[in-house]
Amino acid sequence: MTQEEIFKKVQSVLVDALGVDEADVTPDATLRQDLGAESIDFLDIVFRLEKAFNIKIDRGELFPENLLNDPRYVQGGKVTPEGIAELRKRLPNSDFSALEANPAIENTQSLFTVDAVVKFIQSKVA
Amino acid sequence: MRWVWIDRFTEFVPRTSATAIKNVSLAEEHLHDLYPDYPIVPHSLIIEGMAQTAGILVGEAANFSEKVILAKIGRATFHRLVRPGDTLTLRATIEHFSEAGAGCRGEVRVGEELVAQIDLMFSHADRNIAGLKLPDHNFVFTEQFVQLLNTYRDQGEIPL
Repeated sequence: MTQEEIFKKVQSVLVDALGVDEADVTPDATLRQDLGAESIDFLDIVFRLEKAFNIKIDRGELFPENLLNDPRYVQGGKVTPEGIAELRKRLPNSDFSALEANPAIENTQSLFTVDAVVKFIQSKVA
Repeated sequence: MRWVWIDRFTEFVPRTSATAIKNVSLAEEHLHDLYPDYPIVPHSLIIEGMAQTAGILVGEAANFSEKVILAKIGRATFHRLVRPGDTLTLRATIEHFSEAGAGCRGEVRVGEELVAQIDLMFSHADRNIAGLKLPDHNFVFTEQFVQLLNTYRDQGEIPL
């Protein structure tokens, strides 16, 4: 599958799961901030991606949930250097520039973009 | 009144699908609020009926050990209004099931006529609500809901 084909399918999944317009689902769009996704939507997105691409996505593989509740990785509302290192390991497809500039926990949203999802799928179907 | 929006299961295939019926009666008090001269079943209560049908199906799939809560209504499309005298047939099918929750597709019919399509997502609460302390006992599946399934099973339709 080409990246363009993967993007089209991911776009379709996000339109169905989040009730947004196709035009909103750009590669740079963040799932939470730009597309309005909430935690239950992440579960729905994983289910739909599994079905669309006929793959298995383990719990926490695409959206590592418990990381942000771990006191080793988040302290005083900021992600620790240890936390950033662990996130880098778990999310090799994400852009860390915004988080490294300001490690406030809210900036972890910037890791979950449409493009990161497309790259994740690419690595799974390759 | 009791908060039960299905009357009986007519089909129950564990971990796959379930069908329940609900008879709509002019004697139901709430119908006369909406609307006073034209009683209908509010769409929200048809969704609740589907949530109960699908929720029991999802709950049984884990032996009622999980607190199954309705987390998301993915789709709720209604094709016509439901009136007193109609018998609703609500059919739920599990599309996805994992330790985190489940996704179900639902269709509501009156006779052969498709009246609504309702897709729901359920969450296994204890596994998903980080930091929130829920009661230990399973408050979701009350005696009333378990009894609906037991009544169906006692007819000898499926093995225990």
